[in-house]
Amino acid sequence: MTILVAPESAATPSQPRTQQRNYLTDGYSVRSWLLTTDHKRIAILYLLSITFFFLLGGAAVIVVRLDLMTPQADLVQSETYNKLFTAHGVIMVFFFLIPSIPAVLGNFLVPLMVGARDLAFPRLNLLSWYVYMLGELFTLYALLAGGVDTGWTFYAPYSSTYSNTYVMATAVGIFITGFSSILTGLNFIVTIHKMRAPGLTWFRLPLFIWALYATSIIMVLGTPVLAITLLLVGMERLLGIGIFDPRLGGDPILFQHLFWFYSHPAVYIMILPSMGVVSEIIPCYCRKRPFGYAFIGFSSVAIAVFSFLVWGHHLFVSGQSIYAGMVFSMLSYLVAIPSAVKVFNWTASLHKGSISFDTPMLYALGFVGLFTMGGLTGLFVAALAVDVHVHDTYFIVAHFHYIMVGGAVMGYLGGIHFWWPKMTGRIYPEGWARLSAILIFVGFNLTFFPQYILGYLGMPRRYHVYPPEFQVLNVMSSAGASILGMGYFFPLTYLSWSLYFGKRASPNPWRATGLEWQTSSPPPTENFSETPVVLDEAYDYHRFDSLAATEGGGK
Amino acid sequence: MIGETPTPTVSALAHQFDDLTQQNEADDLGMWLFLSTELMFFGGLFLAYTVYRRQDEATFAAASQELDLFWGTLNTAILLTSSLTVALATHAAESRQRQQLIGLLTATIGLGSLFVSIKFMEYHQKYVHGLMPLGGLPFHWDGPSPAHAALFFDLYFLMTGVHALHMLIGLVILLVLLVKAIRGGLLGDHAAPVRVTGLYWHFVDVVWVFLFPMLYLIGAR
Repeated sequence: MTILVAPESAATPSQPRTQQRNYLTDGYSVRSWLLTTDHKRIAILYLLSITFFFLLGGAAVIVVRLDLMTPQADLVQSETYNKLFTAHGVIMVFFFLIPSIPAVLGNFLVPLMVGARDLAFPRLNLLSWYVYMLGELFTLYALLAGGVDTGWTFYAPYSSTYSNTYVMATAVGIFITGFSSILTGLNFIVTIHKMRAPGLTWFRLPLFIWALYATSIIMVLGTPVLAITLLLVGMERLLGIGIFDPRLGGDPILFQHLFWFYSHPAVYIMILPSMGVVSEIIPCYCRKRPFGYAFIGFSSVAIAVFSFLVWGHHLFVSGQSIYAGMVFSMLSYLVAIPSAVKVFNWTASLHKGSISFDTPMLYALGFVGLFTMGGLTGLFVAALAVDVHVHDTYFIVAHFHYIMVGGAVMGYLGGIHFWWPKMTGRIYPEGWARLSAILIFVGFNLTFFPQYILGYLGMPRRYHVYPPEFQVLNVMSSAGASILGMGYFFPLTYLSWSLYFGKRASPNPWRATGLEWQTSSPPPTENFSETPVVLDEAYDYHRFDSLAATEGGGK
Repeated sequence: MIGETPTPTVSALAHQFDDLTQQNEADDLGMWLFLSTELMFFGGLFLAYTVYRRQDEATFAAASQELDLFWGTLNTAILLTSSLTVALATHAAESRQRQQLIGLLTATIGLGSLFVSIKFMEYHQKYVHGLMPLGGLPFHWDGPSPAHAALFFDLYFLMTGVHALHMLIGLVILLVLLVKAIRGGLLGDHAAPVRVTGLYWHFVDVVWVFLFPMLYLIGAR
């Protein structure tokens, strides 16, 4: 994207030296990690913690998928099954997806991409990790003590009155973790506003930064509403107040309004950063400036704004007024516009590009396809009449997994691969990486496409006993899940392997534009030896490549 | 990991910033953003209040009359005065007047504590009158819809309780600032913590400015 005053000054001298000082070699003690305020180290701390929770959430769903192989309840009892899908949902949503890209890639890259030495509030950043870990502890306690059976949605009055599982501990865990995402979002917004390098105007920023800016707005404005909602549920359990209890004059629908006021925008917390990652990867692997830079940037902000106006589409069958339903249905359709702008612009960026199918690009292309399917089925369920038919069925499950797994996780993995050399200074084995990207794509579709059909045929979500005619599709789905699991297992293995045996990375192995590639891999603690000055537009691959060709630089 | 540990002659500028203007702007923007999250947090409670008030205006108005207007008004005056003292404290810190800063911080802490004490006294009165429907405590209501009246008091305790919690957090921060001021800190270029805490304190005041009419005044008298 941006060309430095002297790009070769950063690239050339650091290339031959392999053992230079960087953020990873700057202190080896446990203390130097646990008390670090370096955004890059905090990103690594987050990477380790969310990977742990990804495995935990995955383990819960393995049992779920195994149990669904047969129409009877032969592996676990209904109560255990409820606890398993709740654990899967709570962990994956609150402890993996929401922190995934922002807290790992965002923490690592935001200061590098805006040419700053660190985020605006480094100690707050460290605090956010500790807050996240504290929330983790509460949730882990709830899981180990016996689990929760409310589903990740905690609908009242079941969660507030009837469920006698560990609702309190889980709610407290999510409440606390919410503050870590508020702190991260706050840090990003201030950093992006106030700490951009000289010459780095808003329209020269990488699209990843635009996406994270939009994400941060949702984190800052949405998360506190979830906090107050969970606080009210907690108070209801603890003190018997009746805000959501119909016997005491309260209204359970109010819970759903408040919950989805956060939890619908939360879907965009998960998908927007992935869109940002894809917007970085596609230009690099087709050597072209993205088509309609400003449109991609502004569509992120538009999605963030619209996200706050659509929560009511979760309440179409909850007794919400039909007129409210119509308005929410129409507003939900509006989200399709900025989303489609992005998809069309990414596709148009490929046109006449010099495309190479490296691993990050495979993930990005997979993202575009799967996100389109997830988004399109989102329009189906935003239609009032269709929603009545498919509400609370596997159609919904398939729809949001296409967004959250096909979209958000594909983007996350693409980003991890793309910036792995920058983060670790090592190159991953390309062959294995491509294989796993393809496995994940195939496994994902085999897992979740049958669920669209299951849902359309009427299989409700959250049940583990079903009529025998649904078995074929369920077995297909479980088979797909095992392929998907394999696909996730590979990166875990070869990425860890590459830490020790991978080829050392040059500062800019993908010949990408962007300030993060102008410093060494891994970057030094202070990020840049001198404050970079930005003189050129973002993603100027054309000029970058012709410069490299004439100077023999680049790769 | 780059040392931010304060030494006697530590620079006011943190390593990640280029100059003090940038740092001050970042601090202010950070606090404003935090206040926007607080606004959304209280927003959920205000929404719940509005929904249930609309369902039964008469009961809410009748329940509202049980609140003590005298103490509520006095507390409003106390809190607004503390906003004045914290604003003056910011000015004193920025213009390097140490004695004034210490005095004004002390005054703010005093007024804030007074507010919280009066609030807890009001809570106690409600408890004595059987108007505290929390945790199975006895609740007596002679009017037509006791469930809705109980909702009013639920919301009263929640909203003022969450507000009082914010006051207590503010008081702890102000105490830390007072200790720093006594040790000679927070003056001139180092005044940002006072300014930012002041913003927070004003916000907590503004929340009360909305709580007071909603709970004590509307439709009651």
